Amino acid sequence: MGLGAYVAVSAALFGLGIICILVRRNVLYVLMGIEMILNAANINFVAFNRFGDNGLDGRMFAIFTIILAAAEAAVALAIVLNIFHLFNSIKPSEADLLRE
Amino acid sequence: MAFLEFNAGFDYGLLLAVPFIPLFGYALQIAFRKKLPFGDKILTGGMGIVMAITVYMAFKAIFHHGDEPFFHESAREGHFFKWFYTVMEWDDPKNVAAGILYDPLGAVLLAVVGIVSFCVHLYSQGYMHGDKRYNIFFANISLFTFAMLSLVLSDNILFFFIFWEIMGLMSYLLIGHFSHDPDNVYFHRWATWASKKAFLTTRVGDVCLLIGMLMFFGWTDPELGRACNSFRFTDLWAHSQAVVEANNGQFPVWMTVAGLFTFGGTVGKSAQFPLHIWLPDAMAGPTPVSAMIHAATMVAAGVFLLGRMFPLFSPEVLTVVTIIGATTALFAATIGMTAWDLKAVLAWSTISQLGFMVAAVGLGGVVAGMFHMTTHAFFKACLFLSAGSVIHACHHEQDMHKMGGLRKHLPITFWCMTICTLAIAGVPFFSGFYSKDMILLAGWEGILGSQFDGWKLYATLALSLAAILTAFYMFRMVFLTFFGEYRGDVSEGHGHGHDDHGHGHDDHHDHHEVEHAEDGGIAHGHPGPVPVEVPWKMATALCILAFLGMFSGDFWLLDLQFWNIYHPHAWFEHMATLDTLYPNVSGWLGERFPEPDAHTAHVAHNYAFFGSVFLIAPLGIFLAYFLYVRRRDLPAKITGALGIVYETVRDKYYIDQVINATVIKPSVAFGRLLKLIDERLVDGLVLLVGAINKQLGVVSAAFDRIVVDGLVNFVGLVSQTFGAVSRLLQTGRVQQYAAFAVGGALLTAAWLILS
Repeated sequence: MGLGAYVAVSAALFGLGIICILVRRNVLYVLMGIEMILNAANINFVAFNRFGDNGLDGRMFAIFTIILAAAEAAVALAIVLNIFHLFNSIKPSEADLLRE
Repeated sequence: MAFLEFNAGFDYGLLLAVPFIPLFGYALQIAFRKKLPFGDKILTGGMGIVMAITVYMAFKAIFHHGDEPFFHESAREGHFFKWFYTVMEWDDPKNVAAGILYDPLGAVLLAVVGIVSFCVHLYSQGYMHGDKRYNIFFANISLFTFAMLSLVLSDNILFFFIFWEIMGLMSYLLIGHFSHDPDNVYFHRWATWASKKAFLTTRVGDVCLLIGMLMFFGWTDPELGRACNSFRFTDLWAHSQAVVEANNGQFPVWMTVAGLFTFGGTVGKSAQFPLHIWLPDAMAGPTPVSAMIHAATMVAAGVFLLGRMFPLFSPEVLTVVTIIGATTALFAATIGMTAWDLKAVLAWSTISQLGFMVAAVGLGGVVAGMFHMTTHAFFKACLFLSAGSVIHACHHEQDMHKMGGLRKHLPITFWCMTICTLAIAGVPFFSGFYSKDMILLAGWEGILGSQFDGWKLYATLALSLAAILTAFYMFRMVFLTFFGEYRGDVSEGHGHGHDDHGHGHDDHHDHHEVEHAEDGGIAHGHPGPVPVEVPWKMATALCILAFLGMFSGDFWLLDLQFWNIYHPHAWFEHMATLDTLYPNVSGWLGERFPEPDAHTAHVAHNYAFFGSVFLIAPLGIFLAYFLYVRRRDLPAKITGALGIVYETVRDKYYIDQVINATVIKPSVAFGRLLKLIDERLVDGLVLLVGAINKQLGVVSAAFDRIVVDGLVNFVGLVSQTFGAVSRLLQTGRVQQYAAFAVGGALLTAAWLILS
């Protein structure tokens, strides 16, 4: 299996993540979409590290990204909690205060 | 006699004091008004000093002997007032230097003015007693006297004109004296109207004089090549001679035109036809004013002007002067016969006598004219003051219907008036005889001499007829006033003195005023006690003037040396001839007005002298006696028989109406037209401009509202619309934003890949 398969998986995962972010009506799915996109990026990092000639940098970035995703998930869940408190709902379509 | 020699160093100062004493009196009186104690007596005393000086100075002229003529021009001797002074040479034409001209003519007129003014001041103390504006009256007649004395002394026509105008103003103020006194309703409205009429009518003549004198001053004669450029009389005379000599002995046309304009000044001031209309109405003023201004001095100034400007007049001008003068003399005399107002008779008589003087100047008898001016001043002033006494005694009654028999009540007035009536009628040995005889002599010399003209014949016959009429209407006045029975209303119960005029009779007077306002009608007094003689001050003034009215023609009683029945006017001719009046052009005037040969002179003298002695005065007096003493029923029959002729004369030939219709009405109509043009056209234009502006403003406002506001609103609308559209994108939904971002990224990516 060459690099193309990895990238294809990564692109598919990215596309699914995007679609998940854009179309899901639950904010938790949106967060899951974000995780999928981060993981798509991780696949890319790892894949290009495996087929490239540049040490362990890609894998290091993937690990950083996983740590970042964990931190992001914590912050995001806190935001989701607050949104729920505020709107009594976790539908992203109802949290439209940015319009103001 | 040294004190009768003219002393240049001292006498000019003395002469300068003459006008300045009354001027100072005027200033004093005006400054302090009623607070000035004895203001009237101070002013009268000042006039007494003036009279003394002028008479003393006149004697210097009368008793002058020697080859040199008595002619003193202070400017030529270094005494002058600098005015408009540009170059420090006194005779430079660019300068206007005013000095004193003291010649026989000025000397005599100055003395006349001094004496008459003093008498009038004295008389006014009695006549005007109790008047509300007593002090103002004295101030005004003092200022008038100042102007008249200054006019006589002026050595140039410019200052002459200035004082001439001051006199006009004072005449206006004094005619209107009663118009400011609501309690003295006697002449209330008539005075206001008459003063305006007098002022405006004389103004016409004044403007003419101004034009004439400026023409003489500045007209460059084409033949001579220069203008006179001097206002001084002597320079004007010399210039006139130079111009005529440059024109081969002929007067150029511009001299005639300028002369006619100058004569216009005389026509206005001396009340000659057709500007005489103001003088009868000027009788609305107090009687002393009528005596001084409108009989003796101011109206004589017009004749004096002719005397001063005589060498400047061309033969054509003199013809006009003669015809106007003679016509005025005759027609005024006819009107005088029909007047019933005591003062109106005297007013028409004054116009008539002024016509005599003017005609005399026109006939070349300038000396005769000036002589008549002198004698007339005395006897006419006396007649007016006597009339004032009569009016005063008859409780301001002026209608001769209501007089009569006053001889017994007013003996002094009667005798003074009779003497002066004899003088004006031309009875021998009375002053008017000599002067009138001299005028007729000038006329007969013109007819019989080598320079015969038809108009000389007309003038002489008209003057002779006027002289007969003068004797007639003056004695008519005396007979109606002093003879017969007193016809006035006597009410003993009234019991107020004659100083208490007018009070308590306001309604009565108002009625008459309305009735007679603006027609120059007779003013009526009110019933009162039987007339009594006037106070001593008034009587003194009358006696002085009556004395002079008797003797000023020839002082035959005082100095028999002068008396010569065949050459009676010796004293005046001794001092005043063409040689002494105009010394610097006497030779030229001698050629223009040659002495008649002995035979002509003799015949002319016989005609004039015997005509005066045996025809004129006796005929007039006899007629008056016959009609108004013997057959009192006849006048009414005669006037009834004459019918329309009598009415025409009585209504003053309708000249007032004619002038009203030809001059005043068109002037007023023209003024109305101008007012109409102003209101319609000018105001219309202004309003049109305003309206146009208003409409422009509306358009501008519309433009502002539609275009400018529209643009601004459009910009706003565009922004608004754009905002409204763009607001649709701003849903606040995070997913949508993300979709945009992804879409954008995809498009970017697609563009990058495809390109």
